[in-house]
Amino acid sequence: MERWIQLLKQVIPSKQVLTDLSDRYSYSFDASFGEHLPEAVVQAKSNEEVMEVLKIANEYRIPVYPRGQGTCLSGGPLPVHGGMVLDMSQWPERIEMSPEDLTVTVSPSVLTGNINKEAEKHGLMYAPDPSSAHVATIGGNLAENSGGPRGLKYGVTKDHVIGLKVITPEGELIRTGGNTIKNVTGYDLTKLIVGSEGTLGVITEATLKLLPKPPAVQTLMVSFDEVRKAAEAISRTLTSGILPSKMEFMDQACIEAVENFQPAGLPVDAAAIVIIELDGHPETLKIERRLIEEIMENIGARETVVPETSEEAEKIWHARKQVSPAIAKIKPTKVSEDATVPRSKIPDLIDRLQVIKEKYDVEVVVFGHAGDGNLHPNILCDKRDQEEMKRAELAVEELFEAAIELGGTLSGEHGIGTMKAPFMEMEVGEIGIDMMKRMKDAWDPNGIMNPGKIFAEKGQKLVLRNE
Amino acid sequence: MSSDLQTLSRKLNYDKTFDCVQCGYCLPACPTYETMERETHSPRGRINLVKMVAEGKASVEDLQEPIEKCLGCMACTTVCPTNVQYGEILEGAMGVIDEYEAKSTSQRVTEDFLYDSFFPSSKWMNTLGHATWLYQKSGLQKVAQTFQLTKIAPLHLDQFEKVLPDLPSPKRRKEQRAKRYIRKRPATAKVAFFPGCIMDSVFYESNQKTIELLLRSGAEVVLPEAQTCCGALHAHSGKIDTSIELAKQNIEAFEEETFDFIVNNAGGCGARLIEYHHLFEKGTRWHERALEFVAKVKDISEVLTGLDELVFNQPVNRTITYQPSCHMTNVQGVTEAPLQLIRSIPGIELKELERPNFCCGSAGIYNIVNYEDSMDILDVKMKDVCGVDPDGIVTSNPGCLLQMKLGVEREGKSDQIESIHLVDLLMEADPEPAWE
Repeated sequence: MERWIQLLKQVIPSKQVLTDLSDRYSYSFDASFGEHLPEAVVQAKSNEEVMEVLKIANEYRIPVYPRGQGTCLSGGPLPVHGGMVLDMSQWPERIEMSPEDLTVTVSPSVLTGNINKEAEKHGLMYAPDPSSAHVATIGGNLAENSGGPRGLKYGVTKDHVIGLKVITPEGELIRTGGNTIKNVTGYDLTKLIVGSEGTLGVITEATLKLLPKPPAVQTLMVSFDEVRKAAEAISRTLTSGILPSKMEFMDQACIEAVENFQPAGLPVDAAAIVIIELDGHPETLKIERRLIEEIMENIGARETVVPETSEEAEKIWHARKQVSPAIAKIKPTKVSEDATVPRSKIPDLIDRLQVIKEKYDVEVVVFGHAGDGNLHPNILCDKRDQEEMKRAELAVEELFEAAIELGGTLSGEHGIGTMKAPFMEMEVGEIGIDMMKRMKDAWDPNGIMNPGKIFAEKGQKLVLRNE
Repeated sequence: MSSDLQTLSRKLNYDKTFDCVQCGYCLPACPTYETMERETHSPRGRINLVKMVAEGKASVEDLQEPIEKCLGCMACTTVCPTNVQYGEILEGAMGVIDEYEAKSTSQRVTEDFLYDSFFPSSKWMNTLGHATWLYQKSGLQKVAQTFQLTKIAPLHLDQFEKVLPDLPSPKRRKEQRAKRYIRKRPATAKVAFFPGCIMDSVFYESNQKTIELLLRSGAEVVLPEAQTCCGALHAHSGKIDTSIELAKQNIEAFEEETFDFIVNNAGGCGARLIEYHHLFEKGTRWHERALEFVAKVKDISEVLTGLDELVFNQPVNRTITYQPSCHMTNVQGVTEAPLQLIRSIPGIELKELERPNFCCGSAGIYNIVNYEDSMDILDVKMKDVCGVDPDGIVTSNPGCLLQMKLGVEREGKSDQIESIHLVDLLMEADPEPAWE
């Protein structure tokens, strides 16, 4: 057995150091692409354990890949260069509410959805709502800077973090930020760490901002004959003085897929639908709902459905949730992207996707959080078909190019990981990358923290195939 | 891919593993992931390992422990967004492990003992009932000792023995049980009753009550003689050929007459019966016959709510909680009928568990073969039960019932909490036939 593994077993309980092949394979993947076998899996349960583990890793130059529940869509926790996966999901769960301060302090293993559940008991909410919130840990959400449908009104994870405990790559504990909403003391290390994808250290605690839970919500579902009209309706709504909490888009392929999978009464002949959720005081919602109905009528929407009961509204959101499983029936492998463009460019991005789809002969469906320009174009393919996967790779590449040409970004909410690393320079430029690398080197002089992520290696390309 | 590997990957249902997109939505639903604290013992982890073995990257031995430590509760299939056929992947893996003789000697001896002596192979269930009765009279642990089994495997049969109900003697069984019952003419429905081996051997009285409930509902009840074990336990242990033989025998047995329903009161058996068509290739005559059989399979609660002929008059002043059978919830999809029946009893207070769909850890013979792991899961369940503080736990499957009894015993609450089958509770409310 390797020396560093022996040493690990001396500093943390040996049952938390997994080296069986079956265990190592069980941490070789996430929800994205690629399979990489680590030499060990280490399950950390306290600050002291992480500190000891990182000191050993730093001394022996062993790569460390922090991992939550492995729901990542960009390859964040993949152990691409061997070494150890640091499983943070078994850390004892702790949610410490401070309702008077409108904050909550949590351990890294807490499931994001449970934070919101706890907050709701106090009439509060934790706004970020990634669709995997019932599975994913807050630690993973912080590392990847996750978003969600409510991002339109409330932003992504980084907009809700006021303080962190972080173990540095050299095994020291630091605190960033604090417990106050306003805090302008020094560099904002909190925001640097959030979204750094585990490349700068290990997050072991977070203090999060909570908001008053809006007393009421109102759902509307609008269908359109043309995608352009849907996009116009979105900008018109957002410039009318109304800020919905969610504006979700589904193209015709998605509508058809859902209806084939689990009929929900969606209009299959519509070119697109937009599902809107307003939140706020019930009286305000009545006015806003009327205003939106007017906007939609003026713009020439086909139909606006306003559910009268929460059950009916629930049905509409259920149909939206069925998109992911429904499109998996078209082809089993989903390449789910989150390229984001300025909202006004949504129709252009959709036009470009049509071109890409025909050029590479791949199945592309589009849905997502249109209100903030964060669409989810999904390329549907079959992992077993190497030739098709090659075409999918080229299609994804061109999709990224399109998003950046339209003034957008590679990732709205999934992170860069391995999958988008080759395209980083395209977005931030050579000097931009260099500045980021200098920060990385200053924090992690031996380069042990999550190597192979964010920064591409020479000649690295997007690979969706398992060789 | 070499031809050996090709054969292996076919047996492992390699193609079906691609339906898993590794989203991880199954993780919070999996009891063993929670108690064993590693992805290796989660549905996503297991499916990935099956894939690794099929690709020749890991061996059948690497797969063995993760697969054998799976409860097979199927909670993952209910939450899976892409409808992965986990049951088929699991059974394929079990079959491969059994065939490749990766099992340890102690495990094999334990299983052989249980299958050959305790549970039936294809013998008629009465024989089994007699055997269990005999075991009870002489002591399970003693029998195991005579077989010198306890030396090889640390069986905890004495634990289970404590919670077994008193069994009627073979003589009494024979006197009590008829082949056909009818009380109302014309009958509201003609049902065939599937008593199940464990149910009939250990909870014989509950089966008698099931027949009584059906009769009070106005049904004609028939117990086809040629029926046998459903084969669930065999399939879960990789003995797939035996389980197919048992299925054929049952399909034939229930074709002798025309029935409206084939009724059972054991969630685990029902789940097996309702999936008989999966055992045969589409397009074959056996597949068609299986489909006809499957269409009639119902849990007792579904039949009773469907016939709607019972009026509960006798108040039952108890605070109870309901522990649903995983197989009834996740495979049969029966969730509302038992609750509806419980709520229709006057005087009863139903306090639902916080996590009713978390398995109790019984899982066929899991609690015997993997005693310690099963008790870890039972501890989680009992914490939930004690939080509700009921005076009764109602279940709908014999394995769960025994396990809950064991859980109560372990908590030292045998004098405070009674574990009973749903049909026992219903009979306590002395239902009257609406048609009388």
